[in-house]
Amino acid sequence: MTDTVDQTQTPTGATEPGKIQDHFDLFGRDDYQDLFAVKRQYEGAHSPEKVAEVAEWTKSWEYREKNFERESLTVNPAKACQPLGALFVASGFEGTLPYSHGSQGCVAYFRTHLTRNYKEPFQAVSSSMTEDAAVFGGLNNMKQGLENSFNLYKPKMIALCTTCMAEVIGDDLGAFVTTCKQDGHIPEDLPVPFAHTPSFVGSHITGYDNMLKAILSTLTKDKKAETTNGKFNFNLGFDPYIGNIRELKRILGLFGIDYTILSDNSDTFDSPNTGEFKMYNGLTTLDAAADSINAEGTFFFQKYTTPKTQEYITNDWDQKTYNFRPFGIQGTDEFLMSLSAITGQPIPLELQQERGRAVDALTDSQAWIHGKRVALYGDPDHVLNLTRFLLEMGAEPVHIVVTNSNEEFEAEARELLTNSPYGQEATVWGKKDLWHLRSLMFTEPVDLLIGNSYGKYLWRDTGTPLVRIGYPIFDRHHMHRYATLGYQGAINQFNWIINTILDELDRNTIVPAKTDISFDLIR
Amino acid sequence: MRQIAFYGKGGIGKSTTCQNTLAAMAALEQRIMIVGCDPKADSTRLMLHSKAQTTILHLAAERGAVEDLELDEVLLKGYRDVKCVESGGPEPGVGCAGRGIITAINFLEEEGAYEDLDFVAYDVLGDVVCGGFAMPIREGKAQEIYIVVSGEMMAMYAANNIARGVLKYAQSGGVRLGGLICNSRNTDREIELIEALAEKLNTQMIHFVPRDNVVQHAELRRMTVNEYAPDSKQADEYRQLAQKIVDNKKLTIPTPITMDELEELLIEFGILDSDEQYQEALAADKTVATV
Repeated sequence: MTDTVDQTQTPTGATEPGKIQDHFDLFGRDDYQDLFAVKRQYEGAHSPEKVAEVAEWTKSWEYREKNFERESLTVNPAKACQPLGALFVASGFEGTLPYSHGSQGCVAYFRTHLTRNYKEPFQAVSSSMTEDAAVFGGLNNMKQGLENSFNLYKPKMIALCTTCMAEVIGDDLGAFVTTCKQDGHIPEDLPVPFAHTPSFVGSHITGYDNMLKAILSTLTKDKKAETTNGKFNFNLGFDPYIGNIRELKRILGLFGIDYTILSDNSDTFDSPNTGEFKMYNGLTTLDAAADSINAEGTFFFQKYTTPKTQEYITNDWDQKTYNFRPFGIQGTDEFLMSLSAITGQPIPLELQQERGRAVDALTDSQAWIHGKRVALYGDPDHVLNLTRFLLEMGAEPVHIVVTNSNEEFEAEARELLTNSPYGQEATVWGKKDLWHLRSLMFTEPVDLLIGNSYGKYLWRDTGTPLVRIGYPIFDRHHMHRYATLGYQGAINQFNWIINTILDELDRNTIVPAKTDISFDLIR
Repeated sequence: MRQIAFYGKGGIGKSTTCQNTLAAMAALEQRIMIVGCDPKADSTRLMLHSKAQTTILHLAAERGAVEDLELDEVLLKGYRDVKCVESGGPEPGVGCAGRGIITAINFLEEEGAYEDLDFVAYDVLGDVVCGGFAMPIREGKAQEIYIVVSGEMMAMYAANNIARGVLKYAQSGGVRLGGLICNSRNTDREIELIEALAEKLNTQMIHFVPRDNVVQHAELRRMTVNEYAPDSKQADEYRQLAQKIVDNKKLTIPTPITMDELEELLIEFGILDSDEQYQEALAADKTVATV
């Protein structure tokens, strides 16, 4: 090895006590830059010209066709795995400790994911399964895990979900829980719903559905009464906007409807900082959840997230279920009118006025969105809500990518698009990922991209302005506190969309006397 | 060092054949290690004269992690200094036995159990049912597979199935089929049948081990035949097999056959009836029943 290599391999003065450099500044320094340059020779790196040439080629139609022939590789899928949804929904119940039966790494990932989105601590535990558990089965880990979590954290309910390892070796959760109770590791009467949530099947929305169904069937066992309790249940599905739960509760309050939110995790992900740590913030009480079997009916806002739970409530509870999408003007109109018809309560004046304001807001800036070509991606229901809202405003959805797609959703989306003059250019790309979307955006460019934080890479590559609506949003703060639901939610989403367009307009007219001809503040 | 593995249908006599043969090989100045790859852990009892030795996974479960074990706690020396180790595994119906074998073999490799040996022999449970049971033939471990078989139909089905597993890894790795060991069940035309099967699988019947009660007598005393009755005819059979394995140069990529081909072979040898004979037999049964 030569002297030059030795010198450049250990950058000097990397840290000055008390003065920690941001890694961008740190790695931008000459010593690191030299190190990277030397390293290239060992990496078999291509010349910058060659890299640029290939990068350019990835923008072509030819590459797009190759990209869409891809079979055994997924790049940046717009989905997460089952246990994430399971832990998410479980955390909305009173005193509930979400428990992941698997290795620590899995639960650490889910906790990090949720914490990065909400900037809130998220409590969940695991069986800490290691190699011996993989061989001998996870029963011993679960015995100790349940006993420890019960004694340490005093939960009122432990909601169990599984991970890949437990599923592959075939751990029998039902028998495990029964054994743990019989052996006295946890009290007999502690509710321990469990859901099988292998990450290699479905996505986070499947896990949400499995866990919700498990929780409801556990809590409502033998609770069916002769008469109804006059209440209505509401489920928002895997909805990352806790503002939506609060907005829904406000709307129901205005109506004067007695309700139960099935999994109210609004405080879990947005608990007040009172200076005192509170471990459990789930707002759906176990009593209310148990009594939900006696409600007049259950409303589902995410049809494709909760098919099994809805089927269970319809068949096993013999309860009326409804699907609504109270997003955008039309969606909210339909929901409120039906809610009024179902409950016999008139639509409150306040909401009528809000509708007027939302419509007013839309007309104020409709000119800027009309005819804009949009690419969007996310979960099936999320994408449907957004698509409908975009069509309402005269925007033209072009590329709609849904990794965790299904046929029924695609049929519904196609019908929605076919019936609107603004939906004619649109294609629903089921089971595709963000690398496919990249090809789509290079070959058939759009004016706007709507998606989660991972859309940043597409923004960077294609220069298309990104509106962050979806999950996860790691790189912007506080978005989750707002509502996207109802008329208020429509105004919020509209605000984000329109002002992104106006920001981009400013960015494109930023050079005095060149791109900015008329020195206008506004246009 | 050569690594060999014994596969074959459950109950065919893999462990018995393996230990008897290895005992004979040890007499040929070969330094040998047996790795039992079966949760039942009965691959080394004849060598160690014990009921069952402490397995890697049993001890790992007690200690909490396989990292907490020392090699000499699980690696014992048996008859003629043959090194013996058992992977062990979970109770029936829980966990993952396949993963157990992977864990155990990784442990042995990391702990340097493979040093100073001429032969490592894996005694593997039943068929290659999952990736874990294929561990001995994966990643350049066992290079020679010996399938223990008999003239019974199901044993031959299993042998063909194992050949398919070997073929899969033969293309990606270097594993080869060393031959079929016929552990006789005294079925009709057994030698010809197994020789015919061997030919179809592109291998050899390396040895025909006749049935002899001395094997059972030795087993009752937790001994191999070579130890219990060194001058018996059966001990000589194992010596011959041992010499053949040591000298074996015929290592092939197997050509597993289809179910139809296998059935044809069985019909040819009168083990399985043809469809016509089957119908006739059914008809005959009916006549008997009505009488």
